[in-house]
Amino acid sequence: MSQSLASVAYIGATILFVLSLGGLSNPETSRRGNLFGIIGMTIAVLATVLGPRVTAAGIPWIVAAMVAGGGIGLYAARTVQMTQMPELVALMHSLVGLAAMLVGFATYIDPSASAEFKGAAKAIHEMEIYVGILIGAVTFSGSVIAFGKLSGKIGGKPLLVPARHWLNLAGLLVVIYFGREFLRAESMADGVKPLIVMTVIALLFGIHMVMAIGGADMPVVVSMLNSYSGWAAAATGFMLSNDLLIVVGALVGSSGAILSYIMCNAMNRNFISVIAGGFGTSGGTPVAAGAQPAGEVVAINALETAELLREAKNVIIVPGYGMAVAQAQHTVFEITRHLREKGVQVRFGIHPVAGRMPGHMNVLLAEAKVPYDIVMEMDEINEDFPATDVAMVIGANDIVNPAAQDDPTSPIAGMPVLEVWKAKNSIVMKRSMASGYAGVDNPLFYKDNNRMLFGDAKKMLDEVLGALKV
Amino acid sequence: MPQVIGVPRETFAGEKRVATVPEVVEKLVKLGFKVAVQSGAGDAANFSDEAYTAAGAQIIADVPALWATSDIVFKVRAPSGDEVGLLREGQTLISFIWPAQNPALMQQLAARKATVLAIDSLPRMLSRAQKMDALTSMASITGYRAVIEAANAFGRFFNGQITAAGKIPPAKVFIAGVGVAGLAAMGTAVGLGAIVRANDTRSEVADQVVSMGGEFIKVDYEEEGSGGGGYAKVMSEGFQKAQREMYAKQAREVDIIITTALIPGKPAPRLITAEMVQSMKPGSVIVDLAGEQGGNCELTEPGKVTVKHGVTIIGYTDLPSRLAKQSSTLYATNLFRLTEELCKTKDGVINVNMDDDAIRGLTVIKEGAVTWPPPPLKLPAPAAAKPAAAVPAAKKGHGHGGGAPMSGNALAIMFGVAAALFWFIGAYAPADFLGHFTVFVLACFVGYMVVWNVTPALHTPLMSVTNAISSIIAIGALVQIAPPAVAGLSRPDDWIRWLAVAGIALTAVNMFGGFAVTQRMLAMFRK
Repeated sequence: MSQSLASVAYIGATILFVLSLGGLSNPETSRRGNLFGIIGMTIAVLATVLGPRVTAAGIPWIVAAMVAGGGIGLYAARTVQMTQMPELVALMHSLVGLAAMLVGFATYIDPSASAEFKGAAKAIHEMEIYVGILIGAVTFSGSVIAFGKLSGKIGGKPLLVPARHWLNLAGLLVVIYFGREFLRAESMADGVKPLIVMTVIALLFGIHMVMAIGGADMPVVVSMLNSYSGWAAAATGFMLSNDLLIVVGALVGSSGAILSYIMCNAMNRNFISVIAGGFGTSGGTPVAAGAQPAGEVVAINALETAELLREAKNVIIVPGYGMAVAQAQHTVFEITRHLREKGVQVRFGIHPVAGRMPGHMNVLLAEAKVPYDIVMEMDEINEDFPATDVAMVIGANDIVNPAAQDDPTSPIAGMPVLEVWKAKNSIVMKRSMASGYAGVDNPLFYKDNNRMLFGDAKKMLDEVLGALKV
Repeated sequence: MPQVIGVPRETFAGEKRVATVPEVVEKLVKLGFKVAVQSGAGDAANFSDEAYTAAGAQIIADVPALWATSDIVFKVRAPSGDEVGLLREGQTLISFIWPAQNPALMQQLAARKATVLAIDSLPRMLSRAQKMDALTSMASITGYRAVIEAANAFGRFFNGQITAAGKIPPAKVFIAGVGVAGLAAMGTAVGLGAIVRANDTRSEVADQVVSMGGEFIKVDYEEEGSGGGGYAKVMSEGFQKAQREMYAKQAREVDIIITTALIPGKPAPRLITAEMVQSMKPGSVIVDLAGEQGGNCELTEPGKVTVKHGVTIIGYTDLPSRLAKQSSTLYATNLFRLTEELCKTKDGVINVNMDDDAIRGLTVIKEGAVTWPPPPLKLPAPAAAKPAAAVPAAKKGHGHGGGAPMSGNALAIMFGVAAALFWFIGAYAPADFLGHFTVFVLACFVGYMVVWNVTPALHTPLMSVTNAISSIIAIGALVQIAPPAVAGLSRPDDWIRWLAVAGIALTAVNMFGGFAVTQRMLAMFRK
């Protein structure tokens, strides 16, 4: 295959990738979108392998590596639990980052890759390598930490090192200094040293950055790392002068950036303050004052919950991370199916940051076979709460906190929330009265029309289902 | 030593209710009390002495003996003069008292050195108090019964029907004053199929009216009528005029008027004048639930049914008593809930704890000392007092651009930075780089446009598919494995090969895993 033919194949692959992302605008077309992605990837890989840049000597190596990696990938994809999706995604980001690093190093030590460059072009080429490895390293270590936090291997609490912003700044300055050293290096051996120092700093920076971010900010981090993995690919594309990599990297990078933006909006938080880490660091200490919610918390048992649900005509279920933790989605579906058979209209209201990654709840509900046309976004369903008989909140807290709208002094003021308190009755399923991630008391619990169902979500829902079936 | 709860037969003429029912006797016994019921106390409400005995109560025929054995007396109506004479020192009486309307009774009761809890003085704004709120339970019975009485006197169907013989229009019901009684009346009338309209000076009830299936008729005048504590207040002259016009119009149109308008401590407002009654269709019905306080209708005769200008005016003041079994049961339950609050230890001994807001409000006489009226409650300001919605939730949808347009300044800064950056790149970068840079910038834009269209439900698949796609980095590794040899260069082949093989293996995990898991997820999304 000639170089031109390979380039044309790349263009085809690019178009297929764009179509693949476009297909996700709707669940109907999404499966075809994924197929486009697969075809695009196949074309791109085949065009490269059969193209002029790979000689026959490499084929066995390639096949072996592909089979090994692909086998692991397919196995992971088969066996992963849907509740573990955030972990898997974070882990995959780290692989992209690591691969970008490796490719960067390989390019640097390959004299044939830079033989054609002279003068400014050479400097730019080296800068591309430098930046590519930098982004790759940050993505890699950050994603590994994110994986650890999401899978509970590392505590979810933000780790706030004193003077951490200064540390980061110092790291950046050192990286810039070594960048200069790297560009000045006469021989390859001279250049590798600053490159390795920079890599270590970048790895530390990635660790530090994600360690400082708390559990509920994870959706932002995961989508941000998604974005980074894209930029890493784009940087590799620059490094290798390969437009396909640049385009795909840019697509992925901007996709992740948009997701981060949406997540930040949904929490009414500034992107910078999320990345800078810790909740409330931008607005001083979380305010404990404000109006102490008045009224009484009324508990309810599973039997009474079943009663309320059975008598309702309209039910909205608001799932949160607690549902994922308790693996309660299948019971939720059973209850939903049961109620729907009885003629009760059941729908789901999903807050954009419910769960630990964008769209997490949707995937869990889809796994439990909940039809997607009754799963609504916050904006679609919020105005329907006044006409709802029962709003059931499963393992969520801050996303249903009326203080976000009523109390301008609240740390979460202005965050868009699901207005469950406007329903005739709301039931909140929670383990205890502990406050949510933001550490804010939730006045919802004290409202007259709210009932609390305390206990493990799965266990309580099983009891509710049992009571419904009687 | 458990205390004895005594339930005498009501002595007020025509009163059919009783202060406790067998079902509740059982629960009181479980709380540790002994219960004594006067023989025949429940007859009028269809509860026999046997039923009480079976539930664990002792039946006492003699009235003075009953009062003498009781530590606590449950009654419905305020005690008569004779009954006050039976009250002894240290005894506790729980019943309706209406301390504001009955100052003489209060003095007599205080003179007996007893403790008196007036169920009508319950601080209704406490959410905890709702289960003990006998006014509410009686009012809802009143509202229900008012519609039943109206239906009885009204010569037509409530619901519209289309029969073989022709069409029957539905009855039109107008409800003045949408408190508990008004809402109950509305629910009953809607249930019977009538068209229901309602008005109240408190505009916040409009939503409740609509939610019950009624139509809220506004008075064409701006004034808020909430007088605190959930009651209405006296309105201004201008408002009253506008209100009269509205009522006159409704009187001409509707078949049934149910009035429930009361203002605490004031005579009932005159809403329906004689002319309005005259303007009504013959055969129409007015049920005036404010009869006891003088009536909302000018022609009401309290306690009686009269027909004036062809309109039946029902002025019964004893509607709860006309549904004696139901109202006794509800009242008994309210008193039971109160007893639970009084006896938190469940040992059959009550403790009138004056630090408890609800009990403090109820207790009008404590061991002979008048404790009415209670100090005002420190209640949270009702929702209406809140400043206008603090922070309007930022509107944000998905679609192109999503979110509010950027402010002019921010936009200008962004353009400035972008221009400087582009100028820098243009000035220093070689042409070759610019080609790639063009592709990069355009791809960012394509990505931006495409991704905004992705539905939020598919954000997780989006992430896993972008993940799979970013394994395109494999190409970088592929071209390094075994490139065509370039003459004159020594290449550390082994190093590069191993790095590249590792890179390919890592990206292959992503490539296959990412697409496969996306496929698996998307297959789950179904209708």
